[in-house]
This record gives sequence, structure tokens and C-alpha cells, in this order.
Amino acid sequence: MTPAIELVDVHKDFGGTPIIRGVSLAIEAGTRQALIGPNGAGKSTLFNLITGKHAVSRGRIRLKGEDITGLRPYAINRRGLSRSFQVTNIFPWLSVLENVRCSVLWALGYRYSFWQRVERARDVQERADAVLEQLNLTARRHVPAGVLSYAEQRALEIGITIAGGADVILLDEPTSGMSRSETEQVVQLIREVTAGKTLVMVEHDMSVVFDLADRIAVLVYGEVIAHDTPERIRASAAVQEAYLGVPQTTG
Amino acid sequence: MSAPAPATTRHVEVAATASWTHRLRRLGVWLAAGALLLALPHVVRNPVAVPVMNQMGIAVVFALSYNMLLGQGGMLSFGHAVYFGLGGFIAAHVLNLAGPGGLYLPVPVLPLVGGLGGLLFAALFGSFSTRRAGTVFAMISLGVGELIAASSLIFDGFFGGEEGVTTNRTRAPLLLGLEFTTDRQVYYLIAGWALVAAALMYSFSRTPVGRMANAVRDNAERAEFVGYSARWVRFVSFCAAGFFAGVAGGLFAINYEILTAENLGLNASGAVLLMTYIGGIGYFVGPILGAVVFTFLQSMLSDYTGIWLLYLGIMFLATVLFVPAGLAGLIAMHLPAWRAGRLRTLAAPYALTALVALVTAAGVIGLLELVHFVVSTSPSRTTMRLFWMTVPARTLAPWLGFAAAAAAGALGVRWAAPRAAAAFAAASRPPGAP
Amino acid sequence: MLELALFSLLNGLVFGMLLFMLSSGLTLIFGMMGVLNFAHASFYMLGAYFAYTLGASVDFWPALLLAPLLVGGLGALVERFGLRRVHRFGHVAELIFTFGVAILVEEVVQLVWGRPAKSYEAPAVLDFALFRLADNAFPAYKGFMLLVAVGIFLFLFGVFTRTRAGLIIQASLTHPGMVAMLGHNVPRVFMVVFGVGSALAGLAGVIAGPVLGTFPGMAQVLGSIVFVVVVIGGLGSLTGAFIASLAIGVIQTSAVALDLSLGTTAASLGLPVDGGGALQDLWRVTIAQVAPMLPYLLLVLVLIVRPTGLFGTRET
Repeated sequence: MTPAIELVDVHKDFGGTPIIRGVSLAIEAGTRQALIGPNGAGKSTLFNLITGKHAVSRGRIRLKGEDITGLRPYAINRRGLSRSFQVTNIFPWLSVLENVRCSVLWALGYRYSFWQRVERARDVQERADAVLEQLNLTARRHVPAGVLSYAEQRALEIGITIAGGADVILLDEPTSGMSRSETEQVVQLIREVTAGKTLVMVEHDMSVVFDLADRIAVLVYGEVIAHDTPERIRASAAVQEAYLGVPQTTG
Repeated sequence: MSAPAPATTRHVEVAATASWTHRLRRLGVWLAAGALLLALPHVVRNPVAVPVMNQMGIAVVFALSYNMLLGQGGMLSFGHAVYFGLGGFIAAHVLNLAGPGGLYLPVPVLPLVGGLGGLLFAALFGSFSTRRAGTVFAMISLGVGELIAASSLIFDGFFGGEEGVTTNRTRAPLLLGLEFTTDRQVYYLIAGWALVAAALMYSFSRTPVGRMANAVRDNAERAEFVGYSARWVRFVSFCAAGFFAGVAGGLFAINYEILTAENLGLNASGAVLLMTYIGGIGYFVGPILGAVVFTFLQSMLSDYTGIWLLYLGIMFLATVLFVPAGLAGLIAMHLPAWRAGRLRTLAAPYALTALVALVTAAGVIGLLELVHFVVSTSPSRTTMRLFWMTVPARTLAPWLGFAAAAAAGALGVRWAAPRAAAAFAAASRPPGAP
Repeated sequence: MLELALFSLLNGLVFGMLLFMLSSGLTLIFGMMGVLNFAHASFYMLGAYFAYTLGASVDFWPALLLAPLLVGGLGALVERFGLRRVHRFGHVAELIFTFGVAILVEEVVQLVWGRPAKSYEAPAVLDFALFRLADNAFPAYKGFMLLVAVGIFLFLFGVFTRTRAGLIIQASLTHPGMVAMLGHNVPRVFMVVFGVGSALAGLAGVIAGPVLGTFPGMAQVLGSIVFVVVVIGGLGSLTGAFIASLAIGVIQTSAVALDLSLGTTAASLGLPVDGGGALQDLWRVTIAQVAPMLPYLLLVLVLIVRPTGLFGTRET
């Protein structure tokens, strides 16, 4: 079966400093893949390379078998890959509803239309309502996104990511900065909205990682040192040494 | 990019649901606007009012088109008059081709020609200037504006040199027997086009690409990650803005029957920024208010004083510093108090503040007019008319008097303004809150 | 011919150095605060007018010192009570604010000094020909302008490389947040830089007024050119501003001297020239006529090809 995402010998330098040093990784479709590693290992950089935010220095990236190396973020998104951000990245002056509606427009085929009215588009409306319901933000639909609470903004961040219906979802630290109970809710939300899809996530909270993930890749200094099931990762000596040896709070 | 809390000055895009009551109400607003436009020339009997209203109508379309860039798309342009002016020049040339034996092109269709001209050049210049927003966009718009202004001095064949291009709307063939010989007839044409253009621009803001223009303004990066090319979204907005600027230019050609290089210069671009900002860039009605107020002040002040541009400049700076949401924002701010039925509690503190502010303004205006008089007239003239008084401008007394008024008024404002603000805060509290 | 070219080059150098006095302040202000100051040339204009008025009551030489100080103080006030206030509304609001200041200054100048140009003249001491080249006299005053501009350049260079204040400013250009963390009062640094930048613009006005004319439109005439210079040089880059200033200065002064048109050039190359048609104006246009367009053409081209400018590192 074709992997959902396939990285082939991917390198990335910033001003001559290598950050990603030859990552090859195949992520099977339909799996929940976690990406872990100490700070500065290059996890977010890898996300930025896959989603087209940054260009690779060397190597190829394939999405569902199709080469997407060097494509712009919107082109990659249109091929069914969507991502969230570590630092909340929403449309702060648009209402919560508008945030979600804007995220479904392209996927529903509205493109750059200037001859249709958004509020008359039934499919947009239904999809947006359903997503708001899932996010538990229906009551806040007319509030500007910028004034939502932090946890609500994080939920909206995930909502924007999944609303378009992409089947490959990349989440960058979805639970960062959250309390215990908020984290549990987000994990539940992630489970719901990514059911049947390919999920790749960077996460520092190990309980979330081992709770959600089917497969875990460990990135250290720009290289994948292990890629396996949670049980085997737990048992891996290399990982113990490189990662789990350091206290969780620093990671 | 982090998501900052919206400043209180920004308009919140609360989309109405598609319920039919909403649609009906919105239709009602447009119908009311149409009825108002029809009735206006019959209500305002002053004969000089019609030319001013024509000017307002043109300014409204131009300012609304400008706000498609600045307010809705987050693109600060210093060269929007390029599309107004080029559209106008093209319309004027086409009108000159029309007539017996020439092109069949009735006057009411002409703004469309102007619009297409504006669209053409917007597509040309937008193709490279919309790649980025922010300072780079602003600078390219300035560069393009200067380029076109400079070339208008070179290409006499198109721009008509210093005299400009003149035309004659009465030579065009008639459509349905409609004649455009008087200002009043032209008024109805401008009013009709302004209404249609405003409705179309409002509709544009509700379309997918119009909504995405807001999204790109807020966060271009995220827009790219939900499938939209920020550049294309900006480009489409830019073309639409150029089209409607061209429509305004076409209306200008019909109304004034002359276009000069001034119409596409930097000052014209600056003026549309001024009026749009004073009106409020965060609201659809903002530019309409701004254009009406700006044109009104311009035509009224220029009758009374030679330094009206100075007053407009002061007003503009005051808006930027103290009311960045503009006139429309000022009105919108008071909606909660209005809904709570507490607007009346504001009357007294507001009236008091207005009174002392008026005293300050009178003092400042008096001083400025005195300076203007002393500088610009020959020393033999000693008295001037000011505020319905004859003032001996070259004696100390009026200077001291106006300075005292300004100072006393300023002290009064310092005392009254915080009280008005407190009253506003009290009135805006949601009902039930302590 | 060679002498003429040399003469033209000298004039270009004088104009270029004048541009640098303006653009150095503008690019510094942009580099630190992220604001393209539309009112920068207005301070230049105020410098000329202040010097004109002061020169009438005191003399040119004290005015040379006093006028820039006054303008600098005014600039600091504008920053402290205007720009700082609109800062929280973002860069667009700041740009619009400085645009408003530019309009206001122009109107105030018209109010106080009137619309017609002022006969602000160079001091009599410098009213002689320094030397002659191909029958063209090079006035001593232009030599003096060059001297002042070079002096300012050396002064800035010294401040930036030799003093602690220079180091702080340079650091603020690239890492404003970190400089604040290190305990420097960044708002005050901003105010000082804005004031000094305005004072430099004022000084440029004082020395340029007698040559380029002292009239209410002088800010607009030069303002856009200075923008072109800092954008082409790369926003925030002093080196870029220096090189772009000289380049634009030389290009503009020498282009004005060239009376060639596309038509005559084509004809001299033996190409047939179509005299009629819609493009007939294009053939008749001389390079001298196009000269005012050149900087803007360059601006647009540079921004398309390299939005950071030639020596810049940041876009906005």
C-alpha cells in the first residue's frame, strides 16, 4: 500500500547549519503517527518541510505517492494534507464561524468565486455547523476568534485544520500549554475528528503520545533514530538513552 | 504568528445567517437607500446642492472601492487614483468617439467602460504588486502612482497635456430617450450607479473570495494552509477595486466632462485614503460616511476659507490619533448603549464636552485664520471678517482673545472628556451587569 | 565632452550625498521601528524654512546649527506624542499617521510662509565659483554642501562603529526585543533616533534650500525619491542607503542632461522610425523627459525582483 506520507533522505540547512540531516520516513495511511524528540530536534522544521512552509535543501517528499517537493502550501493542502500550528494561528478578527467557513471553502469547490454568496451556500453552512458542534464552540460562533480563551483557540486551531476534510492531518503540539482536564478533552476531540484518517502529530506530553499513537518516530538532532510501535519504542535502548532519560518537563 | 486579541477598533465580521427575515431586512436597507437617493434632490432645494451631491456620489464609489483594498484586504495603497484616473480618461476618449456616425454608446453605459479600463490596468499592475502585502505593497503602489503621474506629463496624446482631455456628454446617442444636459439629470445617473456599485461591492465582500480577502488580511499564512493562494486572493480583490475605481472615474468623466493629470496623481490617491480612513475602514458604511463628510467639508470649507486643506489635515490626524475606527466606528461604539436604551444618559455629558470642544475649535480656527490673514494679505488691509465679526487682525486683542478661548476650551475638554467617557462606559454596560 | 561628464558626475555626487543625509535617517527609523516615515521629507522642508527665517534675523551660520536642532526637537515630539500612540494599532496605522503629518506640515508651511517660493539664498561668503570645467562654473556653495554631507557621513560612520550608542542602535536594528531585554529603554532609543533622523533631514533642508528651492512642494518633490533610495538600498541598511543615494543622484542628474530620444537613437542606428500611430509620443520622448520616471521604475523593478532591496535582509 502507498504510504500517506513518504520522506526520502530529506535534508534542511538554515544558513549552513544542518537542522534535518537525512530523514527517511514512511507513514502508513490510516495510522496515528507521533513524532517525538527533545527540543531542537527538528520536529516542527520537519512539519514545515512536509507542508511546504519551507523548501527542503535536499531529498523528496511524497504525499499519497505523489511528489509534492517544492509545492506551495496551498497546493499541498489541495492534495488533501492539512496542518495545525504550535503557536495558535487563526484569523483573529473573523468570527469563530467565519474561521471555520473560510477553512471549508476551497475543499467544497468554491475556489475564487465572486458570483456566489457564502451565507447562501448550504453545504458550507452545514459543514461549518457540524465542525462547530464537534469543537463545542456553537455558542461562541459569533465571537471574534481573537477573544476566545486559550483552550478555545486551540480547539479552533484543530477545527480549522480538519474542517476542509483533508485525509492527512498534521497536528503540531495540540495540547501545549493546557491543563490536565483540557488535555483530556483535546485528546478526545482529536480521536473523533481524525477517525479513519492519517494523523501525524508532534507532542511533548508522553501520556498523550502513548495514549493516541499507533506508531512513534523519535527524532534526535535531525535524524530519526527509531520508528516503531509504542511498546517497542518504550523498550528501545537507543530511545531510553537519547530521550526518555531526560525529565519530561524539559521536553 | 500568534493571534493577538483584536483591537477594539476593528470590525467584527459577524455573518448573518441566511434566514429570510435577515434577507428581507437587508433588502429593506437597500430599498430605503434608493428611496432616499430619489427623494434627495426634491428635499434639498439649494441649487448648488446638486453638483455637490454628484461629487459625493462619485466619491462614495471611489472610497468604497478603496476600502476593498485597505479595510477588507489589508492592502494600503498610495496609488489608487491611478485606476480612477485611467478609467476616467478611457471613458472620456470613448465618449469622444461616440455620437452620430460614430460609436453607439449611450451615456449610462459609459461608467462600465471606465470600469473595464480600471480593471485592465489593475490586472496589469496587480499582477506583480499583490505578491506581498504590508510595506512592500504600499511602496509598489506609490511607485506605480508616481510612474503614471510622471508619464501623464509625457504622453500628451492620451492625457491631453496640461489642459487634459475634454469631452461632451450631450453628443452621445440617447438610450430610451434619456437626456443628460442638466446637473439634476446627471444626479440620477450617478445615484443609480452609486447604488448599484455599492450593492455589488457589498455582495463581493460576502462571496468566497471576499471572505477570503478578510482571512488573508488577518493571517495570510494560515489562508495558504486552508488551500488559498494569498496572492491570488489579493489579486482578485485588487482587480475588483480597480474596476469600481474605474466606474467612479467614468462617472467623473460624465459629470465634469474633463479629466486632467491631477485626477490620477498622488494628491488624488491621498484624498481617497483620507476620506476612507475618516469614515472608518472596518465597516462597509465607513467609506460612504467618509466620502459624504469629506466632500461636504471640502465644498463648504473652500467657500469660507483658503486654508480648508489644513483643517482637513487636522481632522485626519485627529481621527488617526483618537478615533482610529473612524466615524462608522464611533457610531458602532454606541450600539450597546442604544440597545440598552441608555443613549439619553449620554446627552448631557456629551453636550458639555461638545460645547467646550467647540470653544477650543473656535479659538484655534480664529488663530489660524488670523495667521492666514496676516501672512497672505497686504499690510494695508487691517480688518477681516471672522465668525460674523469684523476683527482688527493687526492688533493684539483678537489674538489674545482667541488664544484665551483655545486655552480655556482645552482646559474644559480635559475636565469634561473623562466624564463623558465614564458616562459612555456606564451606558455601554450590558443590562443586568452592576 | 569628458569634462562635461565629470561636471555632471560632480553634480550627481552633490545630489546623491544630499539624498544620503535624508535617507540615512529614514532607513534608521525604519530599521528600528518598522515605520516608513512619510513625514521625513517634511522635516527636510521645515529645516529649509526655519533656516530661511532664522537666517533673516540672525545669520546663515547660527541657523545652520539651530534649524536642525529645532527640527530634531519637533521630530522627537512627533514620535513621543503621535507615533507612540498609534503604534498599538499596527504598522498600517503608523504609516497613515506619518502620511497625515506630511499633509499637515505642508499646509502649515503654506499657512505660515505662504504659497510662493522663498528667496532663501546661500551666504554671500560662498557666492563664488570654486573652479570651472568646460565653461561651467562649480559654485563654492555646492562644494560646501558636499563637505557637510561627507562630514555627516563620517560622523555617522564613527558613531556606529566606535560608540556604545551606535552599538545599541545597530543591535536594535536586528534584535529590538533582545535589546529591550538587556535593559535598554527601547522607546527612548526610538525617540532619540527619530529626533536625530529628523534633525539630519532638517540639516539637509538647510543646506539644500538655497540650491533646490524653498517652496511648499519641496517635501513632496524629494520625499518620494528618498523613499525610492531607502527601498532600493534595502530597508534598514545604511550601506544600501549610501550606495543607492549616490546611484540615484548620478543617474538622475546625468539623465537630465541627455537630450536623446528613442526616435533619434533608432534613426542614428539606421532603423526605420514609424512617425505616426498611437505610440508616436513614445518615439519623441527624450531621456531627459524620462528622467523623473527612472527612480520609480527602478523602485518597482527592485521590489518585484528583490523585495528586501539590494542590501536589506527584511521585508517589512
